Amino acid sequence: MLSLENVAKQYGSLQAVHPLSLTIERGRTTVLIGPSGCGKSTLIRLMNGLIRPDHGRVTCDGTLVAPENLLALRRRIGYVIQEGGLFPHLTARSNVTLLARHVGWQGPKITSRVAELAELVHLDSDRLDQYPVQLSGGQRQRVSLMRALMLDPDVLLLDEPLGALDPMIRSYLQSDLRNIFQSLHKTVVLVTHDLNEAAFLGDHIVLLRSGEVVQQGSIDDLCDRPVDPFVREFINAQRSTLSNEVRE
Amino acid sequence: MTACRTTLGLLTVLGCAVLLTGSSCDGTQAITVGSKLFTESVILGEIATQLAVNAGADATHRRETGGSTVLWEALKTGQIDAYPEYTGTLRQEILSQLGLESDEELAAALARYGVAMSRPLGFSNTYVLGMRKARAAELGITRISDLTQHPALRFGFSNEFLERGDGWQQLRAHYGLPQEDVRGLDHNLAYQGLGSGALDLIDVYSTDPEIQYYDLAILEDDRSFFPDYDAIWLYRQALVETHPEAVAAWGRITGRISAETMQALNGRAKPPGDQPRVPESQVAADFLRDELQIESRVTTASTSQQILARTGEHLYLVFWSMLPAILTAIPLGVVAAKYRTTGQGILGVVGILQTIPSLALLVLLIKPLYDAGAALEGVLGSSFGLTRLGEPQAIVALFLYSLLPIVRNTAAGISGIAHSVRESAEALGLTRAARLLRVELPLASGVMLAGIKTAAVINVGFATLGALIGAGGYGQPILTGIRLADYSLVLQGAVPAAVLAVVVQGVFELLERVVVPRGLRLRRS
Ligand SMILES: Nc1ncnc2c1ncn2[C@@H]1O[C@H](COP(=O)(O)OP(=O)(O)OP(=O)(O)O)[C@@H](O)[C@H]1O
Ligand SMILES: [Mg+2]
Repeated sequence: MLSLENVAKQYGSLQAVHPLSLTIERGRTTVLIGPSGCGKSTLIRLMNGLIRPDHGRVTCDGTLVAPENLLALRRRIGYVIQEGGLFPHLTARSNVTLLARHVGWQGPKITSRVAELAELVHLDSDRLDQYPVQLSGGQRQRVSLMRALMLDPDVLLLDEPLGALDPMIRSYLQSDLRNIFQSLHKTVVLVTHDLNEAAFLGDHIVLLRSGEVVQQGSIDDLCDRPVDPFVREFINAQRSTLSNEVRE
Repeated sequence: MTACRTTLGLLTVLGCAVLLTGSSCDGTQAITVGSKLFTESVILGEIATQLAVNAGADATHRRETGGSTVLWEALKTGQIDAYPEYTGTLRQEILSQLGLESDEELAAALARYGVAMSRPLGFSNTYVLGMRKARAAELGITRISDLTQHPALRFGFSNEFLERGDGWQQLRAHYGLPQEDVRGLDHNLAYQGLGSGALDLIDVYSTDPEIQYYDLAILEDDRSFFPDYDAIWLYRQALVETHPEAVAAWGRITGRISAETMQALNGRAKPPGDQPRVPESQVAADFLRDELQIESRVTTASTSQQILARTGEHLYLVFWSMLPAILTAIPLGVVAAKYRTTGQGILGVVGILQTIPSLALLVLLIKPLYDAGAALEGVLGSSFGLTRLGEPQAIVALFLYSLLPIVRNTAAGISGIAHSVRESAEALGLTRAARLLRVELPLASGVMLAGIKTAAVINVGFATLGALIGAGGYGQPILTGIRLADYSLVLQGAVPAAVLAVVVQGVFELLERVVVPRGLRLRRS
């Protein structure tokens, strides 16, 4: 669905992403994981054209991610970031419906789509008329997800969507997210620090270090057949928290 | 949406109100007489106006139009048709680079600007030296050259006279004066010093009413040190064709206003003692009745009427400078926020505008605005009032001064938007325009409005400077009050201006509730 060919990105003297190629399969959840600063967010931003690669090309469903295609492409790619990035001056509902109104959706269609999404992400409908400051962190992320899903995009890019939440809420949302991914069959790219979350949500895991792909495959591939000591170290550091459910 | 509509509604109502109270249109046939910012000039302006009206012309007096430069510029362009001037001012200041000697040379030089001058009105307004009559008689002093015989005399001069290039130093050299006891002091103190005998001699203007009030002897300038400052009428040459009756009427009074007469007239309008003040228009009317048996009706508006009229003029200046300033500064601020180098340039230029002294700016704007108005008249058939003197210059100056706070706050408001929010708007697939209108501007609205509020409050204060160029407003009573040393008159301008500033502040605070989105005003409780 998404394909990065020989893509590189440099910030000043810092090589944030070394030339790498990566294919994101349609209908699967791909997780980008790795230590802080390894280039996960940079990769996500390359996918929806928020930044342009120095080299190489990014395509989405065969279309080049380039300025002339960006508007159309971005409407087919939902994007959720850590703090949600909600517009503080708009109510939750207006946040969710802003783009739909902009592209000319009619009232009834919008209303029913919002109701459908609120049910999907388990958000009380009376929360919809609150402003972001009046919502809890978890509620904000649910609204953010609704906004990303509003136009029923083909691809969903989630950059640490649960990063700022406390463990309880986080685990609720993890299971909600898994249900949503499974029911919608979307192509999802998810960034996380947390191996447990990666294992729980991802079909395919890409482990990055300093702007390079170290290993990719299933969680079992990474745990059982690490390609180098760094992979083993990274897994071991989080093994204690890796739930048995996933290992089995 | 409703917020937008309410705001628009408010603006429309305000706009209409201001338009209605705005100044009247100028009939092309009327004569406009100007006058300078001091009492004598205002009286003479009144005399010229009443003479023209009595002769059947449609004439109005724009009193206290400005300083010499403003009036001269305005006369050249035809924004005013006539004003009282002094030959010395023309020779020494306005046309100084021409080095004009005789009055004939002066008249010829003026003709090149399409300007004519009348014969002298009679008096000369120049520096003279005065002593108490008794003291002068006692010492036998009648001429300046007599002073050389009395080296012990104590002189008290205004600081201006002490410091000017053609003041005391030159005078002393010219006459070879030996006096050592010379001090600079305020004019009022100088009169007191003279009265108490602490001073023997002071400088005065030859038409100061104080000369009569303190019974001063004026020393003859027997070696012609002081240049002539003969009062004359200056008028546009074209009037000879278009309004011969007015030009003839002005001719009737030439040679008939002696220095003593002018002292008396000045003394009625601005009494040195405790006598009640007589309005300049009444002083002029009484003089013309006594001198030429001309009757003219003088009407004076009540204080409340005057304040109302000033309020209208003031609001007119503020509104018509603020509206374009807002409409210009917001786009500039947006550009400044989006493009770093261009933005630096914009902020630099707008900042420099702020440093131009207001009086200089007002004068500099006279010619270009007049030319622009004339050009528009040629192309579109209307000058949009730009050829007028006063309002256009004041509005443009206020407009330029109002840009900085709005541009700066708009740029800061947009640059200050959280990166995550900005990125979300972009990633959502909104067009640039939609991002600006639906996300960036609403988010910056609070800061932007604060900038507009600052600009508006400063504008209300600055608009008082409009009076320096005859645009009226609250600055008018302030200027007149300062001129007449009448503090109640100063307050008639200063208090409403302060009240208006507070009202404007309040209006913007209310507007904030309407314009700034609710989501931004909520605090997490
Ligand atoms: N706009 C930028 N300018 C300069 N350097 C940047 C910029 N964005 C990212 N970087 C650098 O590029 C590297 C990769 O950043 P990136 O945000 O992709 O990391 P990350 O893997 O998402 O980290 P984290 O897990 O902490 O979010 C980091 O070293 C970061 O400092
Ligand atoms: Mg990141």
